[in-house]
Amino acid sequence: FELISDEGYRFDGRKPSELRRVRCNMGVFTQADGSAYIEQGNTKVLAAIYGPHEASNNMRSRVCLDKCFINCEFSQAMFSSAERKKRSRGDRKGKDMSAHIKQTFEAAVRTQLYPRSQIDIYLQVLHSDGSLYCACVNAATLALIDAGIAMKDYVCACSASLTKETSLIDINHVEELAGCAEFSAAIMPKLDQIIYSELNGRIHQDELGQLVDAVTNGCKDIFAVIDRFEVITDNTEIAVSPRSLHS
Amino acid sequence: MLKSKVIMVKTRSGKILKIVREHYLRDDIDNGLFGGKLEQHPELQNDLVPSEHFLIPDTNVVLHQMDVLEHSCIMNVIMLQTVLHEVKHRSSPVYKRIKLLCANPDKKFFVFTNEHCIDTYSARVKGESTNDMNDRLIRIAAKYYDKCLKDRNQTAVLVTNDRANCAFAKKDGLNALTIEQYVKNIVGYPELLDKLAKADEAIEVDKSISYPEHLKLSQVQAGVKSGRFFQGKLGISRENYLEGKIITHGEDGKEILIQGRLNLNRAVHEDVVAVEMLPEDQWSNPSGVILDVTVQPGAEIADAEKKKSTGVPTGKVVGIIKRSWRPYCGILESFGSPEMTRHLFTPAEKRIPRIRIETRQAKTLIGQRIVVAIDSWPRFSKYPQGHFVKALGSVGDKDTENEVLLLEHDVAHEPFSEAVLNCLPPSDWSIPNQEFAVREDFRDLPICSVDPPGCTDIDDCLHHKDLGDGTVEVGVHIADVTHFIRPGTPIDNEAATRGTTVYLCDKRIDMVPELLSSNLCSLRDDGDRLAFSCIWIMKPNSEIVSTRFCKSVIRSKSSMTYAQAQMQIDDKTANDPVTMGLRGLNKLAKILKRARIEKGALSLSSPEVRFHVDSETHDPIDLQNKELRDTNSMVEEFMLLANCSVAKKIQQEFPECAVLRRHPEPPQSNFDVFLNAAKSRGLELNAATSRDLAVSLDRTEEPKEGIHSYISTLLRILATRCMMQAVYFCSGLESDFRHYGLAAPIYTHFTSPIRRYSDIMVHRLLAASIGADKTFSELLNKTEIQNVCKNLNFRHRMAQYAQRASVGLHTQLFFRSKVVNESGYVIFVRKNAIQVLIPKYGLEGTVFMDRDFEGNTTVNADDLKYIEDKCEITVRGVKLCVFDEVTVQISHDATNVQHQRINLKLVYPKITGISIPSSV
Repeated sequence: FELISDEGYRFDGRKPSELRRVRCNMGVFTQADGSAYIEQGNTKVLAAIYGPHEASNNMRSRVCLDKCFINCEFSQAMFSSAERKKRSRGDRKGKDMSAHIKQTFEAAVRTQLYPRSQIDIYLQVLHSDGSLYCACVNAATLALIDAGIAMKDYVCACSASLTKETSLIDINHVEELAGCAEFSAAIMPKLDQIIYSELNGRIHQDELGQLVDAVTNGCKDIFAVIDRFEVITDNTEIAVSPRSLHS
Repeated sequence: MLKSKVIMVKTRSGKILKIVREHYLRDDIDNGLFGGKLEQHPELQNDLVPSEHFLIPDTNVVLHQMDVLEHSCIMNVIMLQTVLHEVKHRSSPVYKRIKLLCANPDKKFFVFTNEHCIDTYSARVKGESTNDMNDRLIRIAAKYYDKCLKDRNQTAVLVTNDRANCAFAKKDGLNALTIEQYVKNIVGYPELLDKLAKADEAIEVDKSISYPEHLKLSQVQAGVKSGRFFQGKLGISRENYLEGKIITHGEDGKEILIQGRLNLNRAVHEDVVAVEMLPEDQWSNPSGVILDVTVQPGAEIADAEKKKSTGVPTGKVVGIIKRSWRPYCGILESFGSPEMTRHLFTPAEKRIPRIRIETRQAKTLIGQRIVVAIDSWPRFSKYPQGHFVKALGSVGDKDTENEVLLLEHDVAHEPFSEAVLNCLPPSDWSIPNQEFAVREDFRDLPICSVDPPGCTDIDDCLHHKDLGDGTVEVGVHIADVTHFIRPGTPIDNEAATRGTTVYLCDKRIDMVPELLSSNLCSLRDDGDRLAFSCIWIMKPNSEIVSTRFCKSVIRSKSSMTYAQAQMQIDDKTANDPVTMGLRGLNKLAKILKRARIEKGALSLSSPEVRFHVDSETHDPIDLQNKELRDTNSMVEEFMLLANCSVAKKIQQEFPECAVLRRHPEPPQSNFDVFLNAAKSRGLELNAATSRDLAVSLDRTEEPKEGIHSYISTLLRILATRCMMQAVYFCSGLESDFRHYGLAAPIYTHFTSPIRRYSDIMVHRLLAASIGADKTFSELLNKTEIQNVCKNLNFRHRMAQYAQRASVGLHTQLFFRSKVVNESGYVIFVRKNAIQVLIPKYGLEGTVFMDRDFEGNTTVNADDLKYIEDKCEITVRGVKLCVFDEVTVQISHDATNVQHQRINLKLVYPKITGISIPSSV
């Protein structure tokens, strides 16, 4: 089972260090304070931000006096994977994912600017084709920007896997199934800080450095895409964002 | 640069899944034309395509005509990704071969990733089958190349045997040829035609036979799932190629017998087949009739007849799940006119049916060993169809026969590839200074090596030093091969596939290139060498005080043979440190051995002979039994000790992924025949545990009335045959570590890294555990290790078989012009024959009791009396028992060219009509 051909191409025709096509859009919901839609290849995620607002009744216990708290809810559409599957909101995978994304943004949002309040991040996966966590983080970053919430830096996430001593970045579903270890990380590209990293499977210690480098480069590429995108939406002449259509 | 195209794949697994995959099209894919990789070679001339051209073969051409593609004159081939993918799905051996070709720069094969190239991509047309789509993709790629090449005045030639595809291609204005057309018109290589595999329709229908049709794979799989069919690997009987059996999968793997041409239904030895049971009233027995005329019926008949009343489960082949055809060695049958092109080929392996081939070189090929591959076996052809691959040389020639036995045992023996040789250090390599910093310097120690004469790959050295405080220091120093063979390099991969060095009687097939095996790694006494040392501090009673492992630099003071070392030990006047060391080692070794035997280690025996070879013709001129001296067992004892110490250490450090060696305890039933034979001569043996066996074998050494003194050795030889194979395994995947034969709780191989890959793995583990080297992912991956171990076990077995075959070959050559009378011992008694072992030549053979010395059956059943319990046979009043001493005449029988063999004839005791009259 070869993830990468001798000519250096992956199953879908990418080279090892190439991202899938990234397309994104901001302000897709009018109701939310901020929202975004991202496509990384066939992984498609919607993100909506509510807040900062006063903590809702059932979350009173989590209120902090010196900063805001982040509430993250992740859900996956029934039709998002090859097999139709009803997923309850509180399943283990969803809870883990919510917790991970929450942690990630607690490190990046300037929470101390919004004491005693709450920020909600809602994530909905429309189509899952690998690197779910990364697409969610990238979507949430855009949505947070859309909501105008102060952050230390962008948060960009990317995944990587290792085969035949070559690191592949932005893993799709087929590559995930191949069973190699998968490494995901979220970084703040301008500050050059890793704020989250996760490794599924086993790799040798010596290979970790290579994977971290690959992921860091991938994140920076993603940053280049979503950063440029943001500039375009700021320019009112070009941008035809859904928000302006609705209003 | 990236364009996205989404393709839909629908698969069915209970539910309908919709899988959407991305498919990126690129405009930067190298078509090889402008990167300078594809260059026309002017030498290849073809009458049909006069201009310079490139070949684009389709999938079927690659699948069936690899032997043509591998020929050195076929160059400039464009391999499409579409073709490679399809080949990969349909046949992994062919895929491996084609990948090798693509990697070979001389062949100028270029792989074009056509499906991701924006110019050659096409989506599936609605309703189009995968095959049709692939054909279309191939044509699109061919067209693309044709266009690109036009400017250079070159053409692309599509090679396809599919008529429809050919027609479509011609319509598109492409140059399309069948492989036959192409090959027939190549100028200057007529032999290429023989290598063509015949297409099915070209094969003549043989009216006399019609095999039942094979079921489709889907039907077979459904049948196996429902339990109607049984799946298993077919093993054809050695005596009868029309009879085989499978052992079914599953926990209660039962045996199913398959008899007869039609029931076997074109299945070949080792194919994985699906079998349907016959109704119970048609169940039959292994026939015992031996179809190969060259092998005379032996004792096997007896076993078969016993069961006649019952009948064993019998079945018929309904489908083939996986073919495991390989190229076969053999000879062309000599009958038929050499002018004819159709011939029958007889493989050397008796279990393979004869193969029909077409060749125009029959005249030159008769009397030669040739290699033939099977292409297909159509329903109306009695024999499979094949094609000629290559000629090895004339029959009976020693080099040819060596080649045959290497090929038949799958021993890789071609010279090392360029990539492997590039990994070697320069031949004037010397130890760099930084190595002295990280290694211990043992160059002053009295280190020496003791090996068989003529040994150039010395992997072990020893030393012994009195520390003066009542303890001694003993060191085993092993060549540090892993310093040169780094993991993941081509040389490492090659060594891992070869697995072991193979020793034939007159030839050594190295696992690593000679520069390493006989020079840089070989611990000769001509300079400093890198070593991996195992140092013990021992009390004089051989109790180990401490064990230590380290990488070191050593200088061997002397490379001795066993005999030389023995002489030095015995020489009272020699008192140099090396000799003193040897004496110390010898003393310790004896204590160690006693302790080991105490624990139940077996000392078994096998008749081993060494050939004296003529220095010019390399023909064997004499042979000699291997002698055993004290020094042999001295070296052996310390190697065992080192192996055990290392095994403990690596198992401790890497409990999940240590490479160990275990020897499973044989089931008691293995000993039944052996114990019975001994009992018939009044010798009570006990094989309940290895210790019991060792003790009772030792007891047979005491002289006993009526039995010759060789009996003990004979029993040890026979006991060896009851044992199981020792195997390498990964400690994380097994729970039983015991080594039965050595009675050791844990064991591994550490002491011969030059000739065994297992030792290289162990060296790496040990180096990692003492911090002398880094670990890497493959080293710690259980499944990976187990896979390597599996290959090593297979290679070791094959090496052993090859070695035995080589001894057999040399024995034949030795007796080619001789007839010798020699004494031997009866080791088995059968219903109509005795099995005789001749220790002097390590030779074993059957002497028939129901025929005279000329091979004519003269004795009728009444004259023969066989008593199974007593292991004795009485012929015309002369009684022969197991372990009796007999005299036989040994001669060479060359009546059958294919299977030349050694004949044994009885000389003494005299039996009228059976033994040779003394006048002959």
